Amino acid sequence: MTNRPFGPDVLELDCAHEADRIGAVIRDKILRRFKKKGLVLGFSGGVDSSVVGALAVRALGKERVFGLLMPEHDSSLETLPLSQLIVEHLGIQTEHEDISAILEATRCYRRRDDAIRTVIPEYGPDWKSKIVLPGVLDGDQYRLFSVVAQSPAGEIIETRLTFEAYLGIVAATNFKQRTRKMLEYYHADRLNYAVAGTPNLLEYDQGFFVKLGDGAADIKPIAHLYKTQVYAMARYLELPETICSRPPTTDTYSLPQSQEEFYFSLPYDKMDLVLYGKNKGYTAAEIAAGMGLKTEQIERVLRDIEAKRRVAQYLHSPPVLLEDPPSTEEKALLQCAG
Amino acid sequence: MNYTTEVRDFIISFFLFGDAAALQDDTSFLSSGIVDSTGVMELIMHLEQEFDIKVEPEEMIPDNLDSVNKVAQFIAGKTTDACHPLIRAVPMEA
Repeated sequence: MTNRPFGPDVLELDCAHEADRIGAVIRDKILRRFKKKGLVLGFSGGVDSSVVGALAVRALGKERVFGLLMPEHDSSLETLPLSQLIVEHLGIQTEHEDISAILEATRCYRRRDDAIRTVIPEYGPDWKSKIVLPGVLDGDQYRLFSVVAQSPAGEIIETRLTFEAYLGIVAATNFKQRTRKMLEYYHADRLNYAVAGTPNLLEYDQGFFVKLGDGAADIKPIAHLYKTQVYAMARYLELPETICSRPPTTDTYSLPQSQEEFYFSLPYDKMDLVLYGKNKGYTAAEIAAGMGLKTEQIERVLRDIEAKRRVAQYLHSPPVLLEDPPSTEEKALLQCAG
Repeated sequence: MNYTTEVRDFIISFFLFGDAAALQDDTSFLSSGIVDSTGVMELIMHLEQEFDIKVEPEEMIPDNLDSVNKVAQFIAGKTTDACHPLIRAVPMEA
C-alpha cells in the first residue's frame, strides 16, 4: 500500500478538529451516558496526562475536572513540581496524595528489593535500580530484561534477570499503578465523577500499562493518538513548554529510566512511525526508506510489535464469561466496562 | 547426542500443557504462539539449568531457539564445545 509517500509527516494531525471531536465524546459519554458530573485523573507531570487534563477542561470546564498528584518514594524530583505546574495552569481542583505510605504498607519496596537480591545479593534498601531491555535495531537477539543497580557509593551492577526475579520486580512495582488507580476511583466515587485514563496509542496498542492499574479507566481520550500527535496536541493546547518538551519516562524505578529502555526499545517518534506504517499497510521497505533505516531493522521492529501485541491480548481482555449476559442492556453495560 | 526428545517433552509439558498436536519439530515457537517473549526467558533459563550451559546474549537468536530442532542442535553444539563448563572441569593432564 502506497497511498502517500511514507515519512514523518504522515503523523500530522489537525489538532483543532481532533480536540473538538474528543471534547464532544467526553461530554456525551461522561455527562449523558454515564450520568457523571465530571472527570478525575492523575497527573504525572508528563505530556499524556497533561493533554488529557487540558482536553477534559476544554470539554467540561475546569470546575468539573479533579486532579490527583500521587508521587512516591521513587518518583523523580521533577514529578511533583511539573504536576503542580500543569494543574495550576489548568486551574483545576487538586489533591496531593503521596502514596509512599500505602506502598510501604503493601511491602511494595521490600518485595521488589527481595526479588532483586535473588540476582544481586548485596542489594540494599538505600540502593537504586531499574530494569532494562537491549535495543531492537541491531540484531536478531531475543531481548531479555536485566536489572541495573547502583550502590550508595555509586557502584553500578548490571545483571540479567532470572524469570522469577523479573516477575517479582514487576509484580511488586505494579502496586504503584494500582494504588494510584484505587485513589482515583475513591475521589471519583465521592465526587460522582468518572475516571480518565491517559494512555496514548503506542502504549495502548503495545500493552504498556498495568492491568487494573493505569490500564483501568472509564474513558481513554487519547488512546487513538500516536505519541508524536500527543506532543502536537500539547502545543496546540498551549501547555507549558517544559511539559511540551519533556521526554517520556516511566517514573516507576528509582534510577532514571526511559520508556525505550523499559519497553519500546526505540525512541517514541520512531516507534510511532513504524506502528503507523504497520497499521496503514506500508511494507517494511517503504517504512525503512521513509525513516532512513535498513529494511531488516524495520522487520525486527515489526516482529517486536507483533510479539508485544500477543502479550497485550491478555491485558486488554475483559473477564471471561461462560455465557452471554441475558439482556442486551447488561451487555451494553459490560461493553462499557470492558 | 540428540536432545530432540528432551526438548520436545519440555515444550509439550511446560508450554502446551501436554497437548502435542500443534507441535512439529520444526514448528516456530514464536510464529505459532507456543512461546511468547516471557516464555523465551523461561526456555533459556530451563536450558541453562537442565543442560548446565550458559546462553550468551549473542546466542539468544531464533536460529538457536525457535523450534525443537533448532534448540536440540544448539544444545548439542554447546555441550560438545570445548568451552563448556563440564568439559573444562575434566583434568587436562589425563
